[in-house]
Amino acid sequence: MPKVTLDADGVYYRELNELVREAVRNGADEIEIFNILGQRYIAGGLAQEVKFLLHGIPGQDMGAFMRGPYVRVRGNAQDGVGNTMDSGAIVIEGMAGDVLGYGMRGGKVYVLGDVGYRVGIHMKAYKERLPVVVIGGKAGDFLGEYMAGGIVVLLGMNTSKPEAPITGRSLGTGMHGGVIYIRGSVPDYQLGPGLHAKPLSEADAEQLRGIVTDYAAELDQDVEEILAEPFVKVEPFSHRPYGNMYVAV
Amino acid sequence: MLFKPTDSYAHDFEVHRDRDACIDCKVCVNQCSYGVHYWDENRKKVMHDSSQCVGCHRCEAMCPTDALRIRRRETEFKDNPLWNSKFIKYIYKQASTGGVLLTGMGCPTDIPVYWDRMLLDASQVTNPSIDPLREPMELDTFLGAKPNSLAFHKDENGKPVLDTKLTPQIKLKTPIMFAAMSFGAINFNLHVAMARAAKECGTCYNTGEGGLHPSLYEYGDHTIVQVASGRFGVHRDYLNAGVGIEIKVGQGAKPGIGGHLPGEKIDARVSETRMVPLGSDAISPAPHHDIYSIEDLHQLIFALKEASEYRVPVAVKIAAVHNVAAIASGIVRAGADIVTIDGMRGGTGAAPAMIRDNVGIPIELALAAVDQRLRDENIRHKASLIVGGGVRCSADVVKAIALGADAVNIGTAALLAVGCTLCGRCYTGKCPWGIATNDALLAKRQNPDVAAKKLANLVRAWSHEIMEMLGGMGLNSIESLRGNRDKLRAVGLSAEEMDTLGVKLAGR
Repeated sequence: MPKVTLDADGVYYRELNELVREAVRNGADEIEIFNILGQRYIAGGLAQEVKFLLHGIPGQDMGAFMRGPYVRVRGNAQDGVGNTMDSGAIVIEGMAGDVLGYGMRGGKVYVLGDVGYRVGIHMKAYKERLPVVVIGGKAGDFLGEYMAGGIVVLLGMNTSKPEAPITGRSLGTGMHGGVIYIRGSVPDYQLGPGLHAKPLSEADAEQLRGIVTDYAAELDQDVEEILAEPFVKVEPFSHRPYGNMYVAV
Repeated sequence: MLFKPTDSYAHDFEVHRDRDACIDCKVCVNQCSYGVHYWDENRKKVMHDSSQCVGCHRCEAMCPTDALRIRRRETEFKDNPLWNSKFIKYIYKQASTGGVLLTGMGCPTDIPVYWDRMLLDASQVTNPSIDPLREPMELDTFLGAKPNSLAFHKDENGKPVLDTKLTPQIKLKTPIMFAAMSFGAINFNLHVAMARAAKECGTCYNTGEGGLHPSLYEYGDHTIVQVASGRFGVHRDYLNAGVGIEIKVGQGAKPGIGGHLPGEKIDARVSETRMVPLGSDAISPAPHHDIYSIEDLHQLIFALKEASEYRVPVAVKIAAVHNVAAIASGIVRAGADIVTIDGMRGGTGAAPAMIRDNVGIPIELALAAVDQRLRDENIRHKASLIVGGGVRCSADVVKAIALGADAVNIGTAALLAVGCTLCGRCYTGKCPWGIATNDALLAKRQNPDVAAKKLANLVRAWSHEIMEMLGGMGLNSIESLRGNRDKLRAVGLSAEEMDTLGVKLAGR
C-alpha cells in the first residue's frame, strides 16, 4: 500500500489538510509530513486507519474528532491534541500543550514529557470504549476535571520542571467516572473537593501494568523503572457529585 | 423526619375532586407520577394529597368524568409586595434543605414583553396588500454566510454564469425551526416526532447536546447537530449527519452556567448515546474548556469545518447577555456562519431559579442590538441570525424577522404543542405528559406519529399566518421583511427603548 510524503514548509493548514485527505482518498495508508510548523487540525476528522509520522511541531487540535489513525509526532505538540477523539493512537515524543484529550471517547494518547493545563477534561467511556492518556512528565491545573470515564496515568518522570509538583491544582474536580493513576504521591490540597488519593488494588495494578507496558514500548521506556515507584489512584467519590445540591421550587 | 417542614402547608396547588362525579376509576392514580392520587383501601375510594401536586393538570385532562380541578393554592400571608409568597416559600425550602433552588422551563418573572409593545404595519390604498391564497408568497429562508458581492461571466450563449463560490447554506421552507432540546432532556419519541415534523415542514430540528440516536440519521437533511461543552455523542459521523453544526456556548435560561442532566433521566439508551455511566448525572462544564477566547472559538469553528470538510455552515449559540452585540460581532469575525441568540425567557430542562430569573436580557432587545451592530460593522451578511427564547406565536416570528432575525427557534412552543403545561418539573424525570422523561411507561404517552402531526400542524398554521401578515404589508417574500423595522411601530415604550429597538413610536 502506498506511502505518501508531504512537505509542510510554508503550506497553509487548509491546503495541507486537503492534501492529506486527498492522499487518504487515494488509498494512502502511511503519510509522513516534514517541516510542520503549527499547521492545525492534522489528522482531524479522519476515519481511516492511516499511519502518520509528523516531523516538526503540529498546531492546535491535532487529531480532533479522529477515528482510527495512528499519529506519531517527532517533536512537541500544541494545544488541543486529540480533542473529542474517537479512537486511534497519538504518540508524542516530546511535550504537549493545554486541553489534551478533551471529551475523548476512545483510543490512546501517549506523551513522553509534560503537558499543560486542563488535560483529560470530560473524558468518557462506554463498555469496551475506554480512552487512555499517559503523561510521562508533569501536568498543569485541572487534570481530569469532570471526567466521566477513561484512564489518565501521570508519571512525572521526563519533566522539564523538576521543582514543580507532579500536578497542578484541582485535579479531578467534579469527576464522576474514570480513574487517574499517579506515580508517587499527590498531596490532598492539589485534589478537587471531596477527592482523596488511594492505594491501588490488585486489579488496578494489573490494568496499570498493561497500559505502562504499551506506553513503554511505544516510547522506548523501561517498564520496570516506571513501575519501581508505587502509584496512587484518584477516583470519583460519587457518580453524582452534585446530586444533593438542589431543592425543587 | 421527626419534624414537619415549615413549608409543607404552603404548597402551590390543590386538588378539587367532585365526589358526585368521581367514579373511583383510578385513572388519576395511574396518570399521576408524583403520587398525588392514591387508592385508600380502608375507605375504598380514591384520595389525594395536594401537597405533592406540581400543577401539571394531567389528571384533570384524563379524568373521564370531569371530576377533577387543579387550582392554584394561595397561602395567604399578610399582604407584602416585597416579601410575596414566592420568596417566603423559597426561604422555607432552602432553610429546610440547604439546597440550590432548581426549576425547569423558562423565566416566569414579570419583565417587559417587547413583542407586545410593537405593532405591525399593513398596506392601505397604496402598495396593495397581497392574498397568499391566490398569489405566490415565499417563506424560503437560507441560513449561512453570504458573499460580499457576486461575480458573473457570460457563457457562449450570452447567459450569465455565477463565478462566486457560494458557502454552504441551510435551506428552510419556513423561518421556524425546532430549538435545541437534547435527547435525554426530552425523550426519544419526541426526537422522532421533531425529526418527522421538520421533514414534513421543510425545516430543521436541533439535536441539542445529547447526541443523535443512529435511527434518526435518516432525517439528516432536517437536522442541525449541536456540540456543547460536555461533547456528548460528538464524533465524526455525528458531525456529518446533519445540514449544520451548532456550537452551544450559552442558553438563555441559564447564561454562564453549564448543563446538568440528572441521573434520574440517564437510562440505557441515553447512557449509550452520551457515553456517560447509567444513572450518573451528565454534566456539561460551564465553559467549553477549549474556548477561552474569540481566537479559541475560531479554532473550534474551523476544527468542525475541517471535520465536516466545509460542507455545512457552523453556528454558534449564545445566551442574550449585556454585551451581546459585541460578542456576536466577535463570533462572526471568528468565522461562524450563523449566530443563534437565546433570550432570557428561553426554556430549559433544569436551571437554578436565581440564574433563570435574573441573568440575561430579553431577546427583542438583544436581537435589535446585534442586528444593528453587525450592520454598522458591515458584517451582517457574513452570518445569519437565529433567535429564540420566548417566541409565542406567528406575530412574534414576524416581529423578530422585522427586527433583523433570519429565522426563529421554538422550544417551549413546540413542547406546548405536544401537551406541556409548563409545570416546570422537567428535571425530576417524572413528566406526566411523557415529554421530559425517559421512563418507558411515561414516555409512551407521547406517540411519535401523533406528536409529529401536532408539531407539523403548529408550524404550518404559523407559516400560513406569517404569509397573511406579509401579504397584508404588501410583501410577497419573507426576505423583504428581514430587518425592515419600518414595518414595526412601538406603543408604551420609552425613547431609549425605541432607540435600542430601532423602532418609531406608533403615529410617527
